[in-house]
Amino acid sequence: MELLSLSAVELGRRIREGRTTAVEAMQAVLNQIDREEQSYNCYITVDRERALKKAEEAQQKIESGALSGPLAGVPMAVKDNLCTEGMLTTCGSRILGNFIPAYSAEAVSALERAGAVIIGKTNMDEFAMGSTTETSAYGPTRNPHNPEHVPGGSSGGSAAAVAAEECFFALGSDTGGSIRQPASHCGVVGMKPTYGTVSRYGLVAYGSSLDQIGPLCKTVEDCAVILDLLASDGMEGPHVGNQGSDFPLRDSTRIRREDTRFTEALIKDVRGMRIGIPKDYIPFTESEQEASGGPDPEVRDAVRKAAQLLKENGAIVEAFDLELVDYAIPAYYTIAAAEASSNLERFDGIKYGYRAENADELHQMYKETRSRGFGAEVKRRIMLGSFVLSSGYYDAYYLKALRVKAMIKKTFDEAFRKYDCILGPVAPTTAPKLGESLCDPIKMYLGDIYTISTNLAGLPAISLPCGKDGKGLPIGLQLIGDCFQEKKLLQIAYTYEQTANLR
Amino acid sequence: MAKQYETVIGLEVHVELATRTKIFCGCSTAFGGSPNSHTCPVCTGMPGTLPVLNKKVLEYAVSVGLATNCQITRYSKFDRKNYFYPDNPQNYQISQLYLPICRDGYVEIDIRQNMEGDEADPEQRSRGACPTDGGASAEGLDCGNRKRIGIHEIHMEEDAGKLIHDEWEDCTLVDYNRSGVPLIEIVSEPDMRSAEEVIAYLEKLRLIIRYLGASDCKLQEGSMRADVNLSVREAGSSLLGTRTEMKNLNSFRSIVRAIENEKNRQIDLLESGQAVVQETRRWDEAKEISYPMRSKEDAQDYRYFPDPDLAPIRISDEFLEEIRARQPELRTEKMGRYRREYDIPEYDIEIITQSRHMAELFEVTVALGSQPKKVSNWLMVETLRLLKEREMDPEDICFTPEHLAKLISLTESKAINSTVAKEVFEAMFDRDVDPEQYVEERGLKMVSDTDALRRVVEEVIAANPQSVEDYRNGKDRAIGFLVGQTMKAMKGKADPVSVNGLLRELL
Repeated sequence: MELLSLSAVELGRRIREGRTTAVEAMQAVLNQIDREEQSYNCYITVDRERALKKAEEAQQKIESGALSGPLAGVPMAVKDNLCTEGMLTTCGSRILGNFIPAYSAEAVSALERAGAVIIGKTNMDEFAMGSTTETSAYGPTRNPHNPEHVPGGSSGGSAAAVAAEECFFALGSDTGGSIRQPASHCGVVGMKPTYGTVSRYGLVAYGSSLDQIGPLCKTVEDCAVILDLLASDGMEGPHVGNQGSDFPLRDSTRIRREDTRFTEALIKDVRGMRIGIPKDYIPFTESEQEASGGPDPEVRDAVRKAAQLLKENGAIVEAFDLELVDYAIPAYYTIAAAEASSNLERFDGIKYGYRAENADELHQMYKETRSRGFGAEVKRRIMLGSFVLSSGYYDAYYLKALRVKAMIKKTFDEAFRKYDCILGPVAPTTAPKLGESLCDPIKMYLGDIYTISTNLAGLPAISLPCGKDGKGLPIGLQLIGDCFQEKKLLQIAYTYEQTANLR
Repeated sequence: MAKQYETVIGLEVHVELATRTKIFCGCSTAFGGSPNSHTCPVCTGMPGTLPVLNKKVLEYAVSVGLATNCQITRYSKFDRKNYFYPDNPQNYQISQLYLPICRDGYVEIDIRQNMEGDEADPEQRSRGACPTDGGASAEGLDCGNRKRIGIHEIHMEEDAGKLIHDEWEDCTLVDYNRSGVPLIEIVSEPDMRSAEEVIAYLEKLRLIIRYLGASDCKLQEGSMRADVNLSVREAGSSLLGTRTEMKNLNSFRSIVRAIENEKNRQIDLLESGQAVVQETRRWDEAKEISYPMRSKEDAQDYRYFPDPDLAPIRISDEFLEEIRARQPELRTEKMGRYRREYDIPEYDIEIITQSRHMAELFEVTVALGSQPKKVSNWLMVETLRLLKEREMDPEDICFTPEHLAKLISLTESKAINSTVAKEVFEAMFDRDVDPEQYVEERGLKMVSDTDALRRVVEEVIAANPQSVEDYRNGKDRAIGFLVGQTMKAMKGKADPVSVNGLLRELL
């Protein structure tokens, strides 16, 4: 199936040139889902009828000239924690097993307005809590490179759907690495933009101060095009919001950005760009390796090789000390769990979603509904979050974690005075086998070590393939930029992608 | 000898702000409406929705803060108060705990001499003169017959929905129309010592807030609600006793009753050697008794933390100046200006300025050319009478200054007499009729045609020979009867003075 191997931008071009149609592309994807879905379980919901109908509508608009953007008619997958009007949105949880929103997330609407067509909703760790897509109430997703292994998480369904060619691109959300890590494990490109770049309205919140929506796709070019549409949405015209305030529209934490023409950064040139590699991320000496633990040797070598390639292309690459790794994980899990414990309070069986039927009193109903509606990992984080916010512990845990967050931001600020970008691995290992991680949650949390500090600091970061290990599982390269410096990341990533020629 | 006790009272006052839309979404705040008709995904707590602060709420809160001498917090935040209850769709209320928008303010209340109930101790009363400006008092200061009540803080928050129990179906229904209606909570210092002071404080707050246009402050409709924190201590003690919080107080009357009741309950407890338990109590208006809702032991842990969905609020100098510049003239300033500008009695000034609406009516009517004393007479006599009769609030007066000016002009030009004027005024008060039109349509204008009047007078003279005889015999009182008869024949549309003159002339 030649069509399926196209990138989103390539497919969009073919549709516009009349060499194929949106309907043909959608049909091809649906056929692929019929063939592959049994093996991978990428989707929670596939709405064939709606998908074909919308593809038909998009095709008509393309032919009439009403739609002409790069993604017009391109089938996309949407992570199941992004609300889609009239389409089941479960967050991978039993508690939202029957929830059909009356509104769409602004990020989803932005892409739909640009002509992209929703195929369905992808599988994920329940409420985005997990790193393997195994905590989903709808069964685990499997890694298309090897079904014995997990796809990573929490946007594992989205990453696997891109890798299995069950979509042309997908939307995910990233609270502590949930876009970048599955992208890395599945050998695709994934990006978490600067916090505040993409509207969170309609994204079911996990850790509100850390959550950010971003693309999972096949190429850096796709990434730039999708990000452009997401970030520029709602930025034109006068910003008179629903409250008479000038800005923002529906997300108070969104930042007004003018520099959203990300495709301008698709330049194959890194000459003079300064790239720093934290010694803890990629130890260069045996003693450093011993001191930090560091990633698996195969991961380490692939990342080193990528750095070498960028150096050969004219970048200035050097190792430096980024001293924050020790505190990042506890601070992250404190803040994310605290926010989650409050964000998830609304799931109580009263207004929507699952309700335990056998209770005869209000508090028993709450208890039964939430005990049965939530899975183990979600309950673990709700308890942790409730604990760190409770009276007497707030200062010791939550406030301290906020201070660590501020320290981490400061450390990165200093690093970005010297470097255009920080380079490292996405995860310490390639994708683990199914069932390996869940029995040791602490080990699973530690796997987030290279991704979470960027969420704490609100920084943009991209994950792109940089090779495979001995078992044929993909390895990801992570580039972290200063706030609002997505263009630098895209330029370096594009140069690497074009030079390494791995695809 | 029985111990003397002092009552110590602090108030938490919730005021619903007069914004058109809710605090975090664009839904209407209109009172009433069929259940859940003023709702959207945001104020019903749907997954993924986000709050956006209504700028008007901030403006009102700052405006109230400035008018109550508060410090405005230049870097303020919203916090989440977490608790599970179905009236709150998110199961957390967005409020302010750590950085409320206003702090450390005060208002001054007038206190009457010979108050009933607890007398504030004379020592406190004579504690020097009131500072005219400057920082807030840590404790209420007495200044002759004025007392300063400290305001601890003012914070912004959202209202909750309403639960309605359906006895028939045995289920509870939720109406989220109120969910997200903006409130400010004004927390006083424990500076009040009696129910009278509490009422004076509430009246003062209501006056200020109504002047600002920030709320209509109606206790019955719930747009102003007060929770009373009360403790008692032995007179002369500076330590605070254990306090209780009283809820469900829906009128000034129930506040007064509840305070008296709770004060006595606590004194009785102490007198019998028992301790006051720190708890929240609910006032039962019908039975005039309170009962405990929850004690400190089962107080919930609200797990307050800054709401990550709302950006912190930074108040710029420009914003603050803008609000300051827009602050309306408050009552004290207005009274001063009235004394300078209008020749009306002090008592009139006091009454008229008690309501911003009434004061505006007065000023605009005067500006339209009416004489201040005439305007104030209409407001002081007929308006107050009808307000009382109709059990209305001055804020709800519906007639326009244009119409009042027309009415005054009609009486001034003697086009109508005072009896007719009162009738016209009543119609104006009830339905805001145009006096000129009303008088015209009903033919109430005085007959200025002397020929027509002369004919009627002649008829009256002819019809009442006995009275004419009496008058001619020197019984001056008889002329009164003849004037009355003429007025009756004229259906009141004549000027009695002219009638009197004409009668004397013809006799």
